[in-house]
Amino acid sequence: MGLLSKKDSKLIMDPLADNNPITIQVLGICSALAITAQLKPSIVMAVSVLFVMGVGNVVISLMRNIIPSKIRIIVQLIVVATLVIIVDQVLKAFAYSLSKELSVFIGLIITNCIIMGRFEAFALGNKPWRSFLDGIGNAAGYGVILIIVGFFRELLGSGTLFGFQVLGNPVTKTGLYAIGYENNGFMVLPPMALIVVGIIIWVQRSKNKELIEEN
Amino acid sequence: MEHLELFFKSIFVDNMVFAYFLGMCSYLAVSKKVSTAVGLGAAVIFVLTVTVPLNWLLDQYILQEGALTWLGAEYADYDLSFLSFILFIATIATMVQLVEIVVEKFSPSLYNSLGIFLPLIAVNCAILGGSLFMQSREIETFGLALNYGFSSGIGWFLAILAIAAIREKIRYSNVPAPLRGLGITFIITGLMAIGFMSFGGMLTGGSEEKPSLDSDPESLGTQVEEKIESTETPEVSTLLTKN
Repeated sequence: MGLLSKKDSKLIMDPLADNNPITIQVLGICSALAITAQLKPSIVMAVSVLFVMGVGNVVISLMRNIIPSKIRIIVQLIVVATLVIIVDQVLKAFAYSLSKELSVFIGLIITNCIIMGRFEAFALGNKPWRSFLDGIGNAAGYGVILIIVGFFRELLGSGTLFGFQVLGNPVTKTGLYAIGYENNGFMVLPPMALIVVGIIIWVQRSKNKELIEEN
Repeated sequence: MEHLELFFKSIFVDNMVFAYFLGMCSYLAVSKKVSTAVGLGAAVIFVLTVTVPLNWLLDQYILQEGALTWLGAEYADYDLSFLSFILFIATIATMVQLVEIVVEKFSPSLYNSLGIFLPLIAVNCAILGGSLFMQSREIETFGLALNYGFSSGIGWFLAILAIAAIREKIRYSNVPAPLRGLGITFIITGLMAIGFMSFGGMLTGGSEEKPSLDSDPESLGTQVEEKIESTETPEVSTLLTKN
């Protein structure tokens, strides 16, 4: 970590674990859970948010002294919306089927509370480089949860990862299926995303007792 | 009939919270007490009812491919749909501001109960989600768009009301310490979503064809259901042949 001072690297590492945007700050759940039925869309979503978050935080931070505080929400929305349009157009151009699959959820990055939250809480009061690190850190913390949820839901739900059948073929009964393993089709349905996140929160909080809420 | 079907479908089958997880942030943050949940829920119904039809008009007359034909023949092949995110969010932010001013002026009591929630709503994903779903599902008439906005608002309202009531009661239960607060709320919401899935069969009525669900390729839920069917049927058939 020659490039980053201790304080800077804390900006990246904190949101990954003890100050995770999803499990601790409870931000950005909106557009996240519905696309985690498989690993691939989860990763695309995580990367898109990483881009929007990193660039957006820098832009807001550069403009922090010239934005009138009364209209800052609109300015922030327009910055995010512009970045999201870029992401959306790139996806449509290079990964059309994936962008169909993600449907409205790319658009919903605009109202992802993590982004607005970090703009408000960090980028408006800090220099561009630190804001960039903060953005990357938070987006990574968000992405990690998405990828964990996507991994388990795809593995347990359809026995595949990235569409490859890692557990054997359920029809011809190879691999694990030969000894009587069955896919849990329930995992690919929307409600299980919530329950998987609930379990992640459970695991995280039983490891770190300080995070436990009063009630 | 069309209206009635859309109405029930948006409330129960395609519930904003339970089927698409929209507006989860405010759903989790403001559901500790029933009274505040009712306030936010009412504000969401209100704003959705206003913004979805408004964005429908924008979509029909400005954004869609060929929507600018009314300006003259030379504009007929313009496609501005890439601007929809920015235009929709601008409409929503403006409308929220406008609604806030109007409500403050004409009904101070309503303003006092909704007031603090209105600014929050501009960044509630359920609102933008309503408009984006309206666009991607190609809702046909203004009336249907109005209906869609209103009924998905009601769906969201029902969801936050239910979770707030449960959270008020769960305070007296002995929840495992690490699950307290956020964790248990997630799991309850998951269980409620499973409950709401049972409404999925309501509109098909057991008939052979499923017009409302199959005609909607965007809905992830049905894709997933199809996937389950396609993975399960071979297994069942192989089981049957084995036995």
